[in-house]
Amino acid sequence: MKTTQIENAGRRRFIIDTSVLGGGLMLGLGSVPMDALAQKNPAYNQNSIMNAADPEVNAWVNIKPDETVIIRFVRSEMGQGTRTGLAQLVAEELECDWKKVITESPTPGQSVARKRVWGEMGTFGSRGIRISEDYVRRGAAAARMMLMQAAANEWNVPVGELTVNKGVITHAKSGKKTTYGKVSEAAAKVTPPDPKSITLKDPRTWKVAGQPYARLDTADKVNGKKVFGADLQLPGMLCAAVKACPVFGGKIVSYDESKVKNLRGVKGVVKVNDGTVAVVADTWWRAKTALEALPIVWDEGKGANTSSSDIEKMLRSGLDENGDFWQRKEGDALGAIQNAPKKIEATYYTPYRSHANMEPMNATVRITADRAEAWVPTQNGEASHAALSEAAGLPLNQCEVFKLDPGTGLGRRGGTQEYVTYAVAIAKQFPGVPVKMMWSREEDMTHDYYHPIAMAKMTAGMDANGNITGMHIKVAGQSINATVSPMAIKNNKDVRQLQGLYEEPGDAQLGYKFPSLLTEYVMKNTHVPVGPWRGVNTNQNGIFMECFMNECAVTAGKDPLAYRQALMQNHPKHLAVLNAAAKKANWGSPLPTGVHRGIAQFMGYASYSACVAELSVSGNIVKIRRLTFALNTGHVVNPWLVREQIEGSVVMALGAIFNPEITVENGRIKQTNFDSYPLLRLASTPKIESVLVPTYDFWGGVGEPTICVVGPAIINAISTALGRPMRNFPLYKENLSLA
Amino acid sequence: MQITVNNQVHNIDVEPNMPLLWAIREIIGLTGTKYGCGIAQCGACTVYMNGEPVRSCSIPVSAVGSMKITTIEALSPDNTHPVQKAWIALDVPQCGYCQSGQVMAAAALLKRIPKPTDADIDNAMSNICRCGTYQKIRDGIHVASGQKKLADVLAQYEASPQTRG
Repeated sequence: MKTTQIENAGRRRFIIDTSVLGGGLMLGLGSVPMDALAQKNPAYNQNSIMNAADPEVNAWVNIKPDETVIIRFVRSEMGQGTRTGLAQLVAEELECDWKKVITESPTPGQSVARKRVWGEMGTFGSRGIRISEDYVRRGAAAARMMLMQAAANEWNVPVGELTVNKGVITHAKSGKKTTYGKVSEAAAKVTPPDPKSITLKDPRTWKVAGQPYARLDTADKVNGKKVFGADLQLPGMLCAAVKACPVFGGKIVSYDESKVKNLRGVKGVVKVNDGTVAVVADTWWRAKTALEALPIVWDEGKGANTSSSDIEKMLRSGLDENGDFWQRKEGDALGAIQNAPKKIEATYYTPYRSHANMEPMNATVRITADRAEAWVPTQNGEASHAALSEAAGLPLNQCEVFKLDPGTGLGRRGGTQEYVTYAVAIAKQFPGVPVKMMWSREEDMTHDYYHPIAMAKMTAGMDANGNITGMHIKVAGQSINATVSPMAIKNNKDVRQLQGLYEEPGDAQLGYKFPSLLTEYVMKNTHVPVGPWRGVNTNQNGIFMECFMNECAVTAGKDPLAYRQALMQNHPKHLAVLNAAAKKANWGSPLPTGVHRGIAQFMGYASYSACVAELSVSGNIVKIRRLTFALNTGHVVNPWLVREQIEGSVVMALGAIFNPEITVENGRIKQTNFDSYPLLRLASTPKIESVLVPTYDFWGGVGEPTICVVGPAIINAISTALGRPMRNFPLYKENLSLA
Repeated sequence: MQITVNNQVHNIDVEPNMPLLWAIREIIGLTGTKYGCGIAQCGACTVYMNGEPVRSCSIPVSAVGSMKITTIEALSPDNTHPVQKAWIALDVPQCGYCQSGQVMAAAALLKRIPKPTDADIDNAMSNICRCGTYQKIRDGIHVASGQKKLADVLAQYEASPQTRG
């Protein structure tokens, strides 16, 4: 039996039997029926769901007789623009008319039934475009070749004599013209070319891709028509509100159903699992109101003894532990530091962070004896499908997931699919009835998979000229893999936690060459679940590295830009981006009195980022005048979307650096809503400028790379302004707030 | 009780303490108005009461009385409100979840102050956007108010009406 591992929530992994995946094939193409209910209900936004019975040129393209070009899209769209970007890549190779393009999404069930012809669906790690660009473009080019061949066959002329422009095929010799819409049915019968034999266009010659095209899906976002998972209304639907033990790992001792079962609209109380209870009612507000009135006795378990101060102590002790923690060992860094005339040491702290997606966690499930269906705002349709199958106890080909565009994901709705599992457990108690489970904001914030907490002790040896002779980076903190994929941890070493400090090029390489270097990671796990949060471990590692580089430059009495440049000569791509940001921001030019600059560069998700911050500090108020970014993503599929992702990452990072963090008190998360865990607002958002410097020789990510340079650039500018280093975050701990 | 939403009178039989948000979403069935926090912090639930923007998650439906409620669905029949036009032209929304509230807040600002300054925008636009679309929201309001030309804003981002597809 061939097996595939898929990450699942609840600190477990499970195995999908791929013979079941293959088994779908025996049912034949299009055998997974569309959900009849979904098709009938006008409130369900089915427009983007593929109908398996529809004709197509190939898996990626369906062109209707009216010339509408339907492009298939299987990644998740949660605001980052991947739907539009991938459609641009398809349209580029297809040579169709962009004005005629719409997209639709094959479901995970349809994908299983066709041997996963559309590839994987996971949309995280800034990979929506860069991981699928090749097969998506090849699919589009194959469709173009088939359409051209169909026209050539009809006219009985060599296909080489045909040209195509915006979906109009022309045979110059005879003056004949036809369109994609007219030949698409015949094209479907043409033998497809081997995708590997196709030559893709040089991105420097792109006409549709590479342009700052408008998104395909904006119109319904400005009038309330767009249906999110939270908005789903299905006939006969019930709603569920959920409460898990406030302390992670705690269990239900008892609850008194009699106190709520007669409340208006209540249909039942469901024990979701050992530590979670739900109330089901005719509307969500009634379910939530009843749940708040439900007396629950918890056994809070061991976790109740832990508070943030204990966790901080544990991390601090980790920084002093000696053991087999190393990940990079180049030369004798410890010896070099010991023998250096000057030693610099700094300890930094970064806190837990909540995703706080605007759309709270939710999933809608309907279970019958032989079928399970789920409507899920998900970053990974296949993981949702697998979680549905496992929880429902039904094989994949009896399960279907209808993806809805999430109201942001930020890493929360990908590998961790426990919300689907919960919704299934509830819906099982109401066979045949769709049940929409949604978490309150409070439940969402207190039961997240948080950005991991970390500390770092950075130590450098410096010679008389201010040059670094040895660098020692020691990080103690919680491991994401320990929560979500423990099998990725080898010999107690978790490489992922030192993201951005790698030696290997291509993904998250450190841009400096030190005469000697030692990197260490000391794993310190807690009962608080952690997970990927936009930028993941580049967030804290970028702060550690880039703030410490600034401290070293200050100690050496050198310009922080020049100081970095000298150490980056072996990393030309990092250096070029740093220089581009410095140039755009006029680094070194005179500033008004009281205004200071800070700079940072880092690499993540195969892209190179740099930022220059310009700000003033008055009393304890920080006023940011300008933020300038440079970014090399290799190729740029849509510069408008790239700039928007830079702007978005700034807002998320700024909030994380200044606003109160997530803390633990008696085992539970203390912050419950946006009053105690405020997010950045418009008034505090500075002017953001970006310069895109693609080198056209790799495919880098877009959604996350810039987030990790925002913090250090700002922190370094503040440190310059105040004449002392900032090391404790968020910055309210330094009595600083954003204007 | 009776409430008037988008010029339609609805007879609804609900608990008096049900927040207006949930009456709109779950009883009347208009889901453009979003739930984000339930404590009037995020503004995703912004609707108008007699033309004034309010956070419907924190107003009991019994307090509405004869006041007229307007939701995002009735801001314009066909995306033609200047704010909607600017939002589309600049692709202000990313995920879109908070944007019903952002659009309602921006339209209310322009009604009160047709040519708002940046400071006016700072004061009026306190709605939370997790995607971080604030710079585009500011641009969008300036375009909708006619204080900036669309082409000039596009040019800031190295785009033009011709290169937007």
